Amino acid sequence: MSGAGPRFAIFPTRMALTTMKNRLKGAQTGHSLLKRKSEALAMRFRDIVRKIDEAKRKMGKIMQVANFSYAEVMYTTGDIGYQVREGVKQAQLKVRAKSENVSGVQLPAFEMYVDGQNVSELTGLGRGGQQIQKCKETYKKAIEVLVELASLQTAFVILDEVIKVTNRRVNAIEHVIIPKIENTIKFIGSELDEADREEFYRLKKVQGKKKERLAAETAARELIQGDMASDDAQPNNLLNEYEQDPDVIF
Amino acid sequence: MATSQKDRVLIAAIGDEDSVTGLLLAGIGHMDSKQKPNFLVVDSKTPLPKIEETFTEFTSRKDIAIILITQQVGDEIRHMLDEYTQAFPTILEIPSKDRPYDPSKDSVLKRVQRLVGEGS
Repeated sequence: MSGAGPRFAIFPTRMALTTMKNRLKGAQTGHSLLKRKSEALAMRFRDIVRKIDEAKRKMGKIMQVANFSYAEVMYTTGDIGYQVREGVKQAQLKVRAKSENVSGVQLPAFEMYVDGQNVSELTGLGRGGQQIQKCKETYKKAIEVLVELASLQTAFVILDEVIKVTNRRVNAIEHVIIPKIENTIKFIGSELDEADREEFYRLKKVQGKKKERLAAETAARELIQGDMASDDAQPNNLLNEYEQDPDVIF
Repeated sequence: MATSQKDRVLIAAIGDEDSVTGLLLAGIGHMDSKQKPNFLVVDSKTPLPKIEETFTEFTSRKDIAIILITQQVGDEIRHMLDEYTQAFPTILEIPSKDRPYDPSKDSVLKRVQRLVGEGS
């Protein structure tokens, strides 16, 4: 019997066979769709990986520039770190997340925006204002790059996860579900064949019995007829048996 | 998830004084209603538990979208960065002022390189 592998616990009937065949078709369609999805995601993924690599290098450069401009500020104005830290009240640079749809996966993309007025935290500084402004601009640009990188990185993490899940599903369908359904179909097929053979054999047997009985009957009849033919040539009177009764006289 | 993403507007920073100050200068600093800042200045005297605590706090806050952490500080809590797999908030390692950026240490970049290595 071909029930070697795992199969669904169902009763082998024709209806179940049809259901299984439908399920097999469904599984195959699902498999090809998932495979395509996984491929599309992988393509996107590679794209993002390349972009991350680029952005990281770019970040290294831009942060260097930013740090240098901060050093310039330090040189012209002295240490402003304390004032800057104490002056913090509300964030001016904020990010907002948009989401992008890649084959059913929501990928967030951060976008930087300036919220509110430029906090004049540096009003007390008499000199070096220009340097500070320049430094500020540089850092803003740096943050822009960082935000871009952050969104790429988030997309990377999410895509990584999704690709893993999709591949797991593809493999599960390919190596577990489809063989299981195929096994079940084979099992039902063999069971049905067996039932067919049994039925055929039974019919043969019944026919044989019928023939036997018929032959016996004909033989018996022939015997009786032969007997009668020797007895008398007259046609058999049905009332013969009753003829022996004495006539009833009123 | 879409609603929680909307609330994430802040950029947090953990790093040495100069890097953080520069970022604050650009205007990422924020004080919330409890006067909690979204940044931490780490110097040689900052104890490690303090960094870890701040990192955990930032990652659990709902209004932070990106955490910038200088690589120098990142190295100190490397084990936490390596374990961190959430998508939000995003951790981003930035080069610090007095140390060049080393891509081979970056947790995410390590994963990137591993995957690229696998792919080819």
